[in-house]
Amino acid sequence: MQTRREMLAHSATVVGLLGAAGMLPAAAQAAWNEAAFSAKTLADVVKAMGGGAPAESKDVTVTGPDIAENGAVVPVGASSSAAGVKRLMLLVEKNPNALAASFDLTDKVEANVTTRVKMGQSSNVYAVAMMGDGKVMYAVKEIKVTLGGCGG
Amino acid sequence: MKHPITLTALAALALTGATAAWAQKTASDGIAEYRELLADGNPAELFEVKGEELWKKARGPKNASLEKCDLGKGPGVVKGAWAELPRYFADTGRVQDLESRLLTCMETLQGFKAAEIAKLDFGKGEMANVTALSTWISGQSKGFGFNLPQNHALERKMYALGEKAFFYRGGPMDFSCASCHGEEGKRIRLQDLPVLYKNPGDGLGMAAWPAYRVSNGQMWGMQQRLSDCYRLQRFPNPDFASDVTIALQTYMGVNQKGAKIITPALKR
Amino acid sequence: MADPMRIRAQVAGDKATVRVLMSHEMETGQRKDSSGKAIPAWFIQEVTVAHNGAPVMTAQWGPSVSKNPFMQCAIKGAKAGDKVTVSWTDNKGDKRTDEATVS
Repeated sequence: MQTRREMLAHSATVVGLLGAAGMLPAAAQAAWNEAAFSAKTLADVVKAMGGGAPAESKDVTVTGPDIAENGAVVPVGASSSAAGVKRLMLLVEKNPNALAASFDLTDKVEANVTTRVKMGQSSNVYAVAMMGDGKVMYAVKEIKVTLGGCGG
Repeated sequence: MKHPITLTALAALALTGATAAWAQKTASDGIAEYRELLADGNPAELFEVKGEELWKKARGPKNASLEKCDLGKGPGVVKGAWAELPRYFADTGRVQDLESRLLTCMETLQGFKAAEIAKLDFGKGEMANVTALSTWISGQSKGFGFNLPQNHALERKMYALGEKAFFYRGGPMDFSCASCHGEEGKRIRLQDLPVLYKNPGDGLGMAAWPAYRVSNGQMWGMQQRLSDCYRLQRFPNPDFASDVTIALQTYMGVNQKGAKIITPALKR
Repeated sequence: MADPMRIRAQVAGDKATVRVLMSHEMETGQRKDSSGKAIPAWFIQEVTVAHNGAPVMTAQWGPSVSKNPFMQCAIKGAKAGDKVTVSWTDNKGDKRTDEATVS
């Protein structure tokens, strides 16, 4: 049976061949935005994503619990009632790198995404909406992270 | 300016005994909200899918599936089987829990070596498969109430042994299971501790394992749960599917007769 | 190939809610093993959601996304019987694609 290493190497080779043949969808060939994922602050993340200065707005909503029993899995969501949102992002301020996830939207999906993130400690969580014209809006909420018990 | 409606409202509040504190969310309310947000989309489902696949797939030296495995309700009957385990099995002449029964079937039907699998660490190789199988099989009893048989003498003997083990104090901390699970209203940090010498209620205690633990992203079956309990008591870890682990499950399962099973669950 | 995803797509009015559970370690690269060595980063970097073959959302993820990730989004105008495809690629080049039918 193939070891995982062999399987991964095989996958990588196949991807490489597909890429060379121009058969990968354009989205897959877009580079992962390393600068954005290494940024430490909201302002730096937005700058790396090519957006303007972020402004707090009631048109953006960040959802999540007030308190998380465990920082390994914290359910958070970003949504916006504005029309023409191109990108939604979720940031955890006190994480080693602030940007957790970024979602590029077409007009075929709602500006409403949910995922689960790791939080190293209690922190502000930002939902950021980027518009087609470069305008950037955000909402922020504090989520407290506690240390749970011994395993129940 | 006094307003009669306001006075009435204040009076109503006083009658209900409400204080300023009612407006604040308590920590346990917050935790309840957190758990509810996670309820949809339990990563345990990933293990359920794997478990079902493993049940149906021809594997092992004998290249056979587990579909003829008898979990106590007849060969191949999975629905409701977990709710009646541990129980006595005539073919092995002993009381077995789900995970030891899976080893029996993996050996007799598929040709795997049960003793070797039992030695593996949780999460590794075939042991990880046993966990995935337990996840799926317990999920097939979701909604059922525990209904362990106590007809056979050995089943009753296991219950008695489980009771003894539950209250047995030992190890460097002189702990027993009852030290944590023997008194109402106890908790460790933010985790409530169910009382397990009786029925703690639907979805609690044994009704909530196997479970996916978010703190370490691992799927735990009852064997791993019990092994870790012993670690917490600073006891040596029991051998996989040893008598004491089967006895404790018998004791708790019988105590929880009728309690609704919610597995696979989601835990801290 | 990596373990399969669990995709549920259900019609809710004029859209379909898509919920996905992916099987992945999402290792941050910050944890150390028992010998003190950092466990290498291994995480899903890109996720694509397609509706009847057409991409409708592309996500870029960092290692802060939880292990065995969960994602929820809503596809406008999706109807019962439509196909929803989710694909992911991780930083080692491993991939996975799974499909579900909107119910």
